[in-house]
Amino acid sequence: MASMLEREEWKAFSDFSALAAAGLLTLLGLVLAVAGKDAVIAFHGCILLGAAGLAFLYILTQLIEKKEPRDKGGYADGVIRAGVIATVFWGVAGFLVGDFIAWQLAYPVLNLDLPWTSFGRLRPLHTSAVIFAFGGNVLLATSLYVVQRTCRARLAGDLAPWFVVLGYNFFIVIAGTGYLLGVTRSHEYAEPEWYAILWLVVVWVTYFLVYLVTVARRKEPHIYVANWFYLAFIVTIAVLVLGNNTEIPVSLFSPKSYPVWSGVQDAMIQWWYGHNAVGFFLTAGFLAIMYYFVPKRAERPIYSYRLSIVHFWALIFLYIWAGPHHLHYTALPDWAQTLGATFSIMLWMPSWGGMINGLMTLSGAWDKLRTDPVLRMLVVSVALYGMATFEGPLMSIKSVNSLSHYTDWGIGHVHSGSLGWVAFVSFGALYCLIPWVFQRKLYSLKLVEWHFWLASIGIVFYISAMWVAGIMQGLMWRAYTDQGFLEYSFVETTQAMHPMYVIRAMGGALFLIGALVMIFNIYRTLSSAKVATSELSLVAAPKLAAAE
Amino acid sequence: MSLSFAKRLPSHRFLETHSIWLVVGIIIVVAIGGIVEIVPLFYLKNTIERVEGVRPYSPLELAGFNIYVREGCYLCHSQMVRPLRDEVERYGHYSLAAESMYDHPFQWGSKRNGPDLARVGGKYSDDWHFDHLRDPRSVVPASIMPGYPFLETTPLDYRHIAEDLTALSRVGVPYSQDMIDHASDDLKAQGAPDSSGAEDLQKRYPKAIVRDLKLDKREISEADALVAYLQRLGAQVDFKLYDDKANIR
Repeated sequence: MASMLEREEWKAFSDFSALAAAGLLTLLGLVLAVAGKDAVIAFHGCILLGAAGLAFLYILTQLIEKKEPRDKGGYADGVIRAGVIATVFWGVAGFLVGDFIAWQLAYPVLNLDLPWTSFGRLRPLHTSAVIFAFGGNVLLATSLYVVQRTCRARLAGDLAPWFVVLGYNFFIVIAGTGYLLGVTRSHEYAEPEWYAILWLVVVWVTYFLVYLVTVARRKEPHIYVANWFYLAFIVTIAVLVLGNNTEIPVSLFSPKSYPVWSGVQDAMIQWWYGHNAVGFFLTAGFLAIMYYFVPKRAERPIYSYRLSIVHFWALIFLYIWAGPHHLHYTALPDWAQTLGATFSIMLWMPSWGGMINGLMTLSGAWDKLRTDPVLRMLVVSVALYGMATFEGPLMSIKSVNSLSHYTDWGIGHVHSGSLGWVAFVSFGALYCLIPWVFQRKLYSLKLVEWHFWLASIGIVFYISAMWVAGIMQGLMWRAYTDQGFLEYSFVETTQAMHPMYVIRAMGGALFLIGALVMIFNIYRTLSSAKVATSELSLVAAPKLAAAE
Repeated sequence: MSLSFAKRLPSHRFLETHSIWLVVGIIIVVAIGGIVEIVPLFYLKNTIERVEGVRPYSPLELAGFNIYVREGCYLCHSQMVRPLRDEVERYGHYSLAAESMYDHPFQWGSKRNGPDLARVGGKYSDDWHFDHLRDPRSVVPASIMPGYPFLETTPLDYRHIAEDLTALSRVGVPYSQDMIDHASDDLKAQGAPDSSGAEDLQKRYPKAIVRDLKLDKREISEADALVAYLQRLGAQVDFKLYDDKANIR
């Protein structure tokens, strides 16, 4: 009884703290909106005023009505549903912007000569939308789902998980609108300015605590392997963001800041961050998705427990070293470049350890690839992960890099990883997760099939065009005439890219259309009637599969 | 043999059943590489070459640098000539770490949708740059660069330029109090060669290019600042005097 009372007191305390925090943020938004000397700060103050004001009103009404959460006692899935919807929204937005800037490179008139539609401002919008908005939301949604199921524990906190998902999306809005208005730190994949990062740190610490406390409350003795990867992702991203965002704002009412480091140190720290945004956001986090959703969907256990231990520790240890391969032949000292190249090559092994563990999980279930397009999506993602993590070490060899660097080969490499691995494993996970958390049958496997093929063909167009463009441009830059003069001017190499840019943009369009097919499928799924959990088969219903 | 060695290692079971220690283990493992690669860059003296001539940006150049950052120019233009034969012949002497030591943030870039700009300073006339920014295809017909006609119609906002210098001095750029106090005057003086301020400017910022922007008839535009920045890129170090053997690492 005493502990019951304590818990209620604690709940009241935390509710009132949340209310007070929302109230203070509303006030801060008001101050920034009114007193902000800079138009962008004033605009972002307005957004904060609106968002925090709504949160304040919501918490207040909950307190007055003393409502109990609807799914009290069970798993907290409401917040996951929100994350799933955000994922789908940002995914399509990010693909759309990406394809638009691909067309801009083919037809520069599409830049429209306006500040907020030029390539330089839209490109960070694209990368952040796909990596942090789409990728970030899928990581939030799946991690909060997986941690509950594999720990058999409800998420820690009632408001905290909601704060994490909504607060993270608020960060995305602030960052993205900032890019369009010219607010950027010009560190690739780390463009958001200081005030957006401060907010992100608060959200991220809450995320870490929610996750860790849920793990600590688990009813399973062991922490499942997917959670190791999620934890490595959460912890390391925190370290990287803090390290790469040491900066001094010009003033408290200015969106502009100057990084503490400059030149060569700034470059090294940026690519230590940048490569590990790939390593821990786009790899460790998505390997966690693989480690839960592939065995679940294939209804087979993970291939090798020992391999998962070895490749987990090897992967997170080696990845951190790989950053300098982005700075080959630059003014970064040679010793750092050599270290980066060496560890990048070694990284091939733990990467393929993960791929093998994922693929071989299908042992005895390979036939399902024929009948279940969702599983096929998951498996193809792992295969493309293997391809991209072979290409990466190859490109980090200095002599190869001297050709590939600064060209579209890099863009192609990134997209075979991001479209092929990250997006496909996310789509696969979404097709699994949506029926589970919304308790509805997936509307159509046939449409998943369409999505799979549209996106796959799109990827092939994309990456082969970029291979050709990149290698061609690299060779043209270093081509000499018989007399020993450089054969091509820069702009001649740009002209030679044009057909490849058109093919790439068409590939991107196919990928986007695939995502629109997914949206339609999800929309029809969500508008169908709820079914009992027992009726939800984890995999394709046998009847449907036979009809294929 | 190998098995018995494995048995003597602490069991992984411990980490799998203690969430805090798992997190501690992760932090230790991911910290090592970063520490080894980053920390020495701050104390190894040969990281940044010792050269003559690299000075902090003048206020107008700094305003241009910030526009370069704002418009995301670094996404298509590198500022890093690699020591490869074709690059040195195409762009000029390979880039030194010292040349970007006052760049907060660095602008080395990662992709060349357009050419490298590390040595673009002095390569084209101011007029060429203004035409090129307004409509890139008017001077390079096959260019895929966006047009930036709005830069020359937008007056440069330099109300806070002294605050910018102050912030940069806090992170180690050697701006003196004198430079900070005169930031706004220096900015204007760089567009008025006949003014008394022009001489003071060049004392504070040696070799600063002062051009006649006809400021009695119009305001300083964002394009003026950007061109001032572009025209000084890579022209700081006199490579006739530079001894690369002395800076071998």
